[in-house]
Amino acid sequence: MAGRQHMGRSAPGFRAGLLALACGALLAAPQVRGQEAIDIVWINGPLYLLSGAGANVTASVGYDGVLLVDSGSQAMSDTLLRAIRGLQQRLAEANRPAPLPGGAETRSSVVQNRAPAAPPKPVRYIINTSAGLDHIGGNQLIGAEEGVTFTGGNVAGNIADAGEGAAVYAHERVMQRLVTDNVPFPMLPTATYYQASNKLSHFFNGDGVRMVHMPAAHSDGDTIVQFTRSDVIVTGEIFSQTGYPRIDVARGGTINGVLDALNYILDVAIPEFRTEGGTMIVPARGRLSDSADVGYYRDMLTIIRDNMQEMIKRGMTLEQIKAARPTKAYDPRFGADSGPWTTEMFVEAVYANLTAGR
Amino acid sequence: MVKGYCRLGSVLAVAALLGIAAPARAQMDLAGDWQALMHEDQLERIPGPELGEFFGVPINEAARARAELWDAAIQTLPEWQCRPHGADYITRGPSPPRIWKEVDPSSRQITAFHAEWLRSIERPFYMDGRDRPSQNAAHTWGGFATAHWVGDVLKVSTTHLKEDYVRRNGLPRSDKATLTEFLIRNGDYLTWVTITHDPVYLDAPFIRTTDHFLNRAQQVPPYPCEVVAEIDRPRGVVPHHFPGENPQLQEAAARWGVPFEATQGGPATMYPEYQETLRRLMGGSN
Repeated sequence: MAGRQHMGRSAPGFRAGLLALACGALLAAPQVRGQEAIDIVWINGPLYLLSGAGANVTASVGYDGVLLVDSGSQAMSDTLLRAIRGLQQRLAEANRPAPLPGGAETRSSVVQNRAPAAPPKPVRYIINTSAGLDHIGGNQLIGAEEGVTFTGGNVAGNIADAGEGAAVYAHERVMQRLVTDNVPFPMLPTATYYQASNKLSHFFNGDGVRMVHMPAAHSDGDTIVQFTRSDVIVTGEIFSQTGYPRIDVARGGTINGVLDALNYILDVAIPEFRTEGGTMIVPARGRLSDSADVGYYRDMLTIIRDNMQEMIKRGMTLEQIKAARPTKAYDPRFGADSGPWTTEMFVEAVYANLTAGR
Repeated sequence: MVKGYCRLGSVLAVAALLGIAAPARAQMDLAGDWQALMHEDQLERIPGPELGEFFGVPINEAARARAELWDAAIQTLPEWQCRPHGADYITRGPSPPRIWKEVDPSSRQITAFHAEWLRSIERPFYMDGRDRPSQNAAHTWGGFATAHWVGDVLKVSTTHLKEDYVRRNGLPRSDKATLTEFLIRNGDYLTWVTITHDPVYLDAPFIRTTDHFLNRAQQVPPYPCEVVAEIDRPRGVVPHHFPGENPQLQEAAARWGVPFEATQGGPATMYPEYQETLRRLMGGSN
């Protein structure tokens, strides 16, 4: 159809030129630069997305210090901490106060100009969205060893210890999983909640911070974190831009719980303009997103769930369902044949959910 | 004095060589209100393609599977009621574009063109050499675009696109796609070439050209969109078909009188040589 279209110019030379341009374009699709070890993307207000240290890390960086949602993998803790401090220093340099104006009765501006920026403020809070080792791995170095809480925390024998270590929040199910798994004490949360939601008692860097429990999504202990002023939602493993959701059936994860969580996010997120922007959404993995991206993901998972449900209803076995490839329309974008979470594992998890109790 | 004349002569000679008296590079002013010429590919662009009409599009198996699941009722979901056409489809729609230029006040160079459409998005085409955003930055309907001149043709390169569609009958285009465009002005006509590269759903680049005419009386007004509850349905329902059971896929074959296989697209269906395949499928000898 495209080949039969009318062109604005009809001379053969013009067509040849257009063809040459087009051929050049075919050979050179636009490229995006590769990312650094820790790639930092500004989200909104004091919030930044840090990628490359395990699962995505969201950092609130400002005058109150640092709050992290998830802390990456243990192996990347040092790299992540350096990236956070580097970010704090760049922000401090960029926000230096303007030099004093000159004049006979003013102070010398040299005093102000020569002073290095104030040292970075410590990590005050970490919120773990789930119990995955690439979500909690930095709790020890970044939280317990380098962090400094505002108030309280693990008080070990002396009230003077109250200021040591960042406060680490998670749903109590996460704590139970980590204790059961014999995760070292310094990596454990210091404050858990068991209700449907929890919130910090005060603003942090200007944001209200709300934690909402999603009871049966990736696992039974997932937390979605909402930053109320910056209008950002951090989803944890419920949403990913790099693969199908990692449904941990053994730990209470379900496809229907993932869908409930995604629909909750769509209920509370408000786009800025034509389903774009507005409430920004940080997935567990991959790029920064918004409600349209969550909408596409919700649509995909709903369709896969519905189709597998129908296949089960028609008496198909797991092997027959796998052979029918219920995810094939989405595999080039979200599927994986290797790695920690393959398409086959996802199909098996959904099948286990949908046939549970039969 | 002689020395001074020599210097002046040298400067003039260099200036002549560099063409300083003329525009620094071959450029074309693309600014203006452009009216889409809707008789071009009218069947696809106004009434829209038939359901299951995929010929001429270099889709792969996954795209075909995705389109098979697609039910037009999905457009009634709140998330999609106000979705605009994306960067590579908007030129095919009925919305007229307006293009304006951004000029550096000191160098007087064009640093960007901006294109916006009725009922849609604004797309800046940056020409000031800025970097692309990180691969972890958000994607938009218009993507992130840089541009430079190739002669008097503007070449635009776009990344960071949201998922969209290449046809309004469920043929998807992924958010991994990139876009190369050429804007070619010939008097009052503008030819807009779009080349979509999609590693997820296309087996070959998809090339389209769309012509526009300069319309000096045209206005592109704002077009607010409000989401409403169009259909009362339970929360979480997403309309779709079951694999292998979408009866609408046969509509194109029935309407155009061609074998079903021919309607299913793929790179081969883009080329004139496919006529031979079509004749064979239809039992013809020549």
